[in-house]
Amino acid sequence: MSSTKNGDGRIPHVLAHSPKDNVAVAVIEGLKADTDAFGVVTENNESFGVFAKNDIPIGHKVALTDFKAGDTVIKYGQDVGRIVADIAKGEHVHTHNMKTKRW
Amino acid sequence: MADVLPQGQSPFVGGAPDQHYTPQIFSKRASADFAKATFMGWRRENGRVGVRNHVVLLPLDDLSNAACEAVANNIKGVMALPHAYGRLQFGEDLEIHFRTLIGIGSNPNVAAVVVIGIEEQWTKRVVDGIAKTGKPVVGFGIEQHGDIATIAKASYVAKKYVQWATELPREECPITDLWISTKCGESDTTTGLSSCPTVGNMYDKLIPHGIYGVFGETSEITGAEHLCKERAASPEVAEKWYKIWKAYQDDVIEAHKTDDLSDSQPTKGNIEGGLTTIEEKALGNLEKIGHECRYIDALQPAEAPAKGPGLYFMDTSSAAAECVTLMAAAGYVVHTFPTGQGNVIGNPIVPVIKITGNPRTVRTMGEHVDVDVTGVLRREMTIPEAGDALIDMIIRTANGRLTAAEALGHREFVMTKLYRSA
Repeated sequence: MSSTKNGDGRIPHVLAHSPKDNVAVAVIEGLKADTDAFGVVTENNESFGVFAKNDIPIGHKVALTDFKAGDTVIKYGQDVGRIVADIAKGEHVHTHNMKTKRW
Repeated sequence: MADVLPQGQSPFVGGAPDQHYTPQIFSKRASADFAKATFMGWRRENGRVGVRNHVVLLPLDDLSNAACEAVANNIKGVMALPHAYGRLQFGEDLEIHFRTLIGIGSNPNVAAVVVIGIEEQWTKRVVDGIAKTGKPVVGFGIEQHGDIATIAKASYVAKKYVQWATELPREECPITDLWISTKCGESDTTTGLSSCPTVGNMYDKLIPHGIYGVFGETSEITGAEHLCKERAASPEVAEKWYKIWKAYQDDVIEAHKTDDLSDSQPTKGNIEGGLTTIEEKALGNLEKIGHECRYIDALQPAEAPAKGPGLYFMDTSSAAAECVTLMAAAGYVVHTFPTGQGNVIGNPIVPVIKITGNPRTVRTMGEHVDVDVTGVLRREMTIPEAGDALIDMIIRTANGRLTAAEALGHREFVMTKLYRSA
């Protein structure tokens, strides 16, 4: 993930909350597979790129790293659940491969 | 990807028309100096200020809904609040029922109340509770009179009340007279990025000036409880809060669950919007209390805050109508409601202001949106700017602008019920 300051005012395709996050959220409609998505970390305005390997519906998460089953998903810089099926960077992260650690 | 960022919608095909089409109002930034901002409200007999002036027909119980609705049909400008419960409740469940009804009648958005119950004793308990505010209130029992005679008597009073209430003058009130509640619904990942931090920014700006705030949704703090506990104003309040949260986990969820709750929390709408786990939902939810303010007490459902101005937590369901009803019963007069996928809820006596940052929701159901903060996701609007836009809308709403939910007739009034009646 190359990282630069978000100075050019480009509209991001994905946003992450914290530099610690290993997932980001699609914030536009129609983010398609095989797109070089432009991302920004809201906490520090750092920008990054991630190559989307799946269609990512608006609001849904894309992996910023490769995950193995049992790994922890970090969002807001916090533990938000566990991975239950291997995921490659750029793939869709949701209920089919991620679960709560609660209840 | 050229056409995936819809903007500048016509008011007739979605969009948030009020915000886009009344720039002359929007330019009067009342929030530029929060401490000096004022609104035109109704100061009630007990000193509290309302932003609406309702005359309410309040049923004690399910059996009295028909009579209340008949009076509301006879007399124009009054409103019946039908609900499902009130018979054979007992213990804490009954206490919440009374506290909610008395609280709704006592809310300063209500000018006067007619209570109707199947019998007179519990009816009188509600009337006496509301009467402590000094506002006009009267009750009628149906037994030994029947619906028709009761409706006739109640209609005479309701007519007097509404003619009296409609002549009450508004007066200029400082923004510190506002009690502002919050609860989000049909959240998605955009609420945690935009609309919830917008509410948090509003609280960070207004709480120091002396408003009352409240957040709740006990179950939806699960996953962020360590952060929520840290936001208490003192170790005692933190412990009080934690006991409430833990009791819900142990006594309700563990006692009644049949699975891991993944069919309910997150909701199907949350999941459609991209939220995968309760932890993820909770962290976005907690953005509503900002970063500076601390909660000074943890309230029981529908309990009025008693420690002075500041932010409070209230033990509530995370279901929208139950939560907003309890907050209205505690005396809050304006509700701020972030939504992602487009929850359409309103409340009969409290204006519910909808805030969304999800551009698809603005495009497909913009008629439900009061404050459009989609610019936050495009990085064209900062969170402090979004907070200012919300404060502007709160003041406009307090001055009388109908919210989307009010204009669309949303009057969800839902009593919290703890367990099966006797």
